[in-house]
Amino acid sequence: MTINTIKDLLGAEVLCGSESLGKDVHSACGSDMMSDVLAYVKDQAVLLTGLVNAQVIRTAEMMDMLCIVFVRSKKPSQDMLDLAEESGIAVMTTPMRMYDACGTLYSNGLTGSGSTNG
Amino acid sequence: MMPAELFIPTDSPEAAAPMAEALTFRYDVDGENFTSAGQASVQVKKNLRQLGFDPETIRRVSIAMYEGEINMVIHAGGGTAEVTVEDGCIEIILSDTGPGIANIEQAMQEGFSTAPDNIRSLGFGAGMGLPNMKRYTDYMHIDSVVGEGTTITMKVNY
Repeated sequence: MTINTIKDLLGAEVLCGSESLGKDVHSACGSDMMSDVLAYVKDQAVLLTGLVNAQVIRTAEMMDMLCIVFVRSKKPSQDMLDLAEESGIAVMTTPMRMYDACGTLYSNGLTGSGSTNG
Repeated sequence: MMPAELFIPTDSPEAAAPMAEALTFRYDVDGENFTSAGQASVQVKKNLRQLGFDPETIRRVSIAMYEGEINMVIHAGGGTAEVTVEDGCIEIILSDTGPGIANIEQAMQEGFSTAPDNIRSLGFGAGMGLPNMKRYTDYMHIDSVVGEGTTITMKVNY
C-alpha cells in the first residue's frame, strides 16, 4: 500500500513530506505509548497515534518509520513538522478516531505484521 | 574497520578527535526540557549512518540511547551520554547525578515505573525504558547509588 493510498483511505490531510506519498509500506502500528512502540514494533513503517509531541516524531525516527498519522484531527506544531521534515517522515492528520483508522487500513490489507493473513 | 582518517561530523557537539582505535561522541543531555529529549540519540543515529553502519545496528544503538536519554530527563535532571565506536562493538555510557535507583531488579521489570503521571500523558513512563534498553543491547550494566546518581553502560555488537 502506498502512503498516498493511506491518505485517501483515511481522508487525511498531508502536513509534510508529500514527496513520500508514492512510497510503499507493508505494515503499521497504532499506539499512544511511545515506549510500547519502541518495545514491540519491528519494521512497521506507519505509526498511528493520538499523542502529539516532539517525542512522537523522534520515536518514529528511531524506528525508521516513513509516515505518522495523527488521529482525531490532531495537528502537530510547526516545530514538530520541521523535525519530521528533517527526518524525511511524512505526516498527516485524519478526522477518524484511532480504532476506525486502524480498522480501515487493516481491512484494506495493511496489517501489523506485514503479511496479508495477519 | 576504523581507519584513523574517519570523517567527523562537525555538527555533533563536542565530537572528540578520532583516536587510532576508537571514536567517541559526547553529549550533554538537558534535563529541563522534555521536548528536546532525544536530540543526542538523533545525532548519534546520523553519525553512525555516516560511518556506514547497517540499519539494524544503528536502530538498536539509537533506541537504547533514546530510552536512556528520556530516563535521564524524567528522573535525573539530565546528564551526559558518551558513545564510543570500538572494533566490533559500540559502547554507550549514560551518566547522571540524579536520585539513583533504589531497587535495580524491580526497575528492570516491564511495567514497573516511578515516573510521575504527567510523563505518562507524554507517551512515556510505562515502565518499558530499562527493559527496552536491555532488549536492544548485547550487554547492559547499571551502576547506581541512591542520592548520588546512576551510570549505565551498554554495548551493541556489530
